[in-house]
Amino acid sequence: MDLNLNPNEQRFRDEFRAWLETNVPEEWKGNTNAEDREDYIEYLRDWQRKLYQGGWAGISWPKEYGGRGATLMEQAIFQEELARARAPQLIGTIGLSLVGPTIIAMGTEEQKSRYLSKILSGEEIWCQGFSEPNAGSDLAALGTKAVRDGEVFIVNGQKIWTSFAQLADWCLLLVRTDAEAPKHKGITCLLANMRSEGVAVRPLRQMSGDSGFNEVFFSNVSVPTTQVLGEINRGWTTAITALMNERANLGTGVLVIFERNLEALIARSRTVERNGRPASEDPIVRQKLAQAYLELEILRLNTNRALTSLSKTGTPGPEGSTLKLYWSEMNQRTQQTAQEILGPYGQLKDFDNGMWEYSYLRARGNTIEAGTSEIQRNIVAERVLGLPKSY
Amino acid sequence: MDFDLSKPQRLLKDSARDLLARECKLDRVRTLAETDTAHDDKLWQTICDQGWMGLVLPEEHGGLGLGLVELAAVAEEMGRACLPGPFLTTLTTAALIERAGSEAHRAKYLEPIAAGELLATVAFLEESASWDLDAVKLSTKRWDRNFHISGRKLFVPDADVAALLICVVREGDNLALLPVERAADGLSIKPMPTMDGTRKLYEVTFEGVTVPEADALGADGDARGALREALEVGCLALCAEMVGGMQWVLDTTIEYVKSRQQFGRAIGSFQAVQHQCADMLLMTESARSATYYAAWAVTEGDPAASVAVSIAKAYCSDAYREVGNRGIQLHGGLGFTWEHDLQLYYKRSKSSETLFGDATFHRERIARIVVDGDTVPRARAAQSEDLAWQVQPVATDSAIEVSANPSDPS
Repeated sequence: MDLNLNPNEQRFRDEFRAWLETNVPEEWKGNTNAEDREDYIEYLRDWQRKLYQGGWAGISWPKEYGGRGATLMEQAIFQEELARARAPQLIGTIGLSLVGPTIIAMGTEEQKSRYLSKILSGEEIWCQGFSEPNAGSDLAALGTKAVRDGEVFIVNGQKIWTSFAQLADWCLLLVRTDAEAPKHKGITCLLANMRSEGVAVRPLRQMSGDSGFNEVFFSNVSVPTTQVLGEINRGWTTAITALMNERANLGTGVLVIFERNLEALIARSRTVERNGRPASEDPIVRQKLAQAYLELEILRLNTNRALTSLSKTGTPGPEGSTLKLYWSEMNQRTQQTAQEILGPYGQLKDFDNGMWEYSYLRARGNTIEAGTSEIQRNIVAERVLGLPKSY
Repeated sequence: MDFDLSKPQRLLKDSARDLLARECKLDRVRTLAETDTAHDDKLWQTICDQGWMGLVLPEEHGGLGLGLVELAAVAEEMGRACLPGPFLTTLTTAALIERAGSEAHRAKYLEPIAAGELLATVAFLEESASWDLDAVKLSTKRWDRNFHISGRKLFVPDADVAALLICVVREGDNLALLPVERAADGLSIKPMPTMDGTRKLYEVTFEGVTVPEADALGADGDARGALREALEVGCLALCAEMVGGMQWVLDTTIEYVKSRQQFGRAIGSFQAVQHQCADMLLMTESARSATYYAAWAVTEGDPAASVAVSIAKAYCSDAYREVGNRGIQLHGGLGFTWEHDLQLYYKRSKSSETLFGDATFHRERIARIVVDGDTVPRARAAQSEDLAWQVQPVATDSAIEVSANPSDPS
């Protein structure tokens, strides 16, 4: 057991940190989603191009596909350093962390040479067309239909909660190609062009005010059969590969965001009052802050343990579910603590730039997005503890 | 970075598990819990023959000179087996003698402790039942080159079998650590019957007990610092025990819900049951992360080590109790019976919760550093120096002690 970074990891961190220092312009720092900028899409594309040119896009990808073959630990360091440098978000994140690795694993040579480098450069943005109004946690119940007509599939149906769809050029799309087969066996994964005729995108606004995700409607959209990723009717395997890659992204980035948030809360607790003295001197507040702190530290430790275990086993496993379960519920508790400490100030949109109001509302989504807590507990019970399937 | 036991550490842990599975079966635990002392000479000797009592003691004093990660690995298995008796308290006493004792003290006590020949305990708590070093009120008088102790210590673990007690007393603003033999004139002990039969507690009364000045530990050093560190060693071993206990409760519960049938199917197929099991796993693994990290940090002399110990104890205290609650709930009526072994662990979780300070105590200790300090300490690994822990004046003497007034960090 040795929790120090090894020399390679240290070198990787130092190199990336130095690069970030010279390449993240001062005006970008902290403006991580930049939605207030009119040119923010171009701004985010520029940022990813810059990373690409510096050799820092798709670091986990094998070298032959333009990546760095970075270890899991290096990927964790990468996410952490990005957050620490207050770098803008990666507009191509779905392509980089989910679509790219899945194409590398399952794609044809033509697909690899057509798509991968444009994912890296940010030239083409991807979204993930998985969830539907009636297929959320039960993803395999999806009903968007694709009917084969010679050399094309004709796609009809609706996707929902699709992040980045309003910008995306391409979609990793799950469709039903055999309605008669058992539900896991009639699914196909397509690489669909979002600019095709018949694709309509309607943004959804979240309770926090963000509009990151969308509904996507497909009416008679034609997708060539050469655009199948994996095999026809074996798309569930492709989907699982993609989801595993998603969960392998263990959220070392959110860790840094939570740290900053808690540090700001501790600083605030010294200035707001409770019972006629600074809240930071109130024994109950102290207990709650200490609890928030210790839970956050344990998140870091759990993450590092999961990284160690993933590094040894090689394939992403159910560890992601325990981490997701832990951090999402932790963040909700911590945001409630913040609200208790700040009282009505916590709800103000112009107190600390509205960060507490925003963080509280945003945290509400944490236990739903990327697999609800209920689904995560099912996964842990069945895949880690070996309990019988419940459904 | 490698957050996993090394091969030798893993072997040590496995061999501890095998040995305890053979030598400390649960019917033995149950029998011992119902005796007066919960101590068994033969079991004790078996443990000491493995070198476990001297695991972290220096080699020149008969120990193995290993680190706290190794200790945690063995202690976890002790907790899984629910090992009764004076291991933890003797370990804490040895850690105290190692840190506060003179060369002569170390030579006199450590080797017999490592060999299993000397059982020892620390008499610390008083009526306040507070683990704050400043809560020690028992004071002594000095004349004729002797300390004279009159007063009472409470909740002293295993005092009936310990041949040596280190009595913590107040000397003005300082503390003194006085070794007292069990047979000393004026010393009497009385059991304090308690919930957990595997860890016996005693009231120790001193009526004019004398200790030669020359025998006092820490005379040439910092008794407070040594005591704080020794309590942290004991606390860490306890956390590891608690992790092992949680693991036993989890494993036992999983076995049960897989086999118990209702409505024609295993109850483990119901989500209401599954989700509780998932939470038990999450709590057990989080407790394990916190404990092994703290063991590593203390061994490495990491400046954030004291905070790490408090993180571990605060978390384990809440988690072991809660894992026990869920485990019993999922066993239904069976879990509530005297016959089922769950009760042994449930009671142990309660005694462990308060030993070396409960979650509230340790959270306040964390707040002293995190809320009152200028810098928030961070666990090492995959992080940068700029957010890393810097030693604060407030942190230097606040390890296991907590001021009564939280705004006063003195």
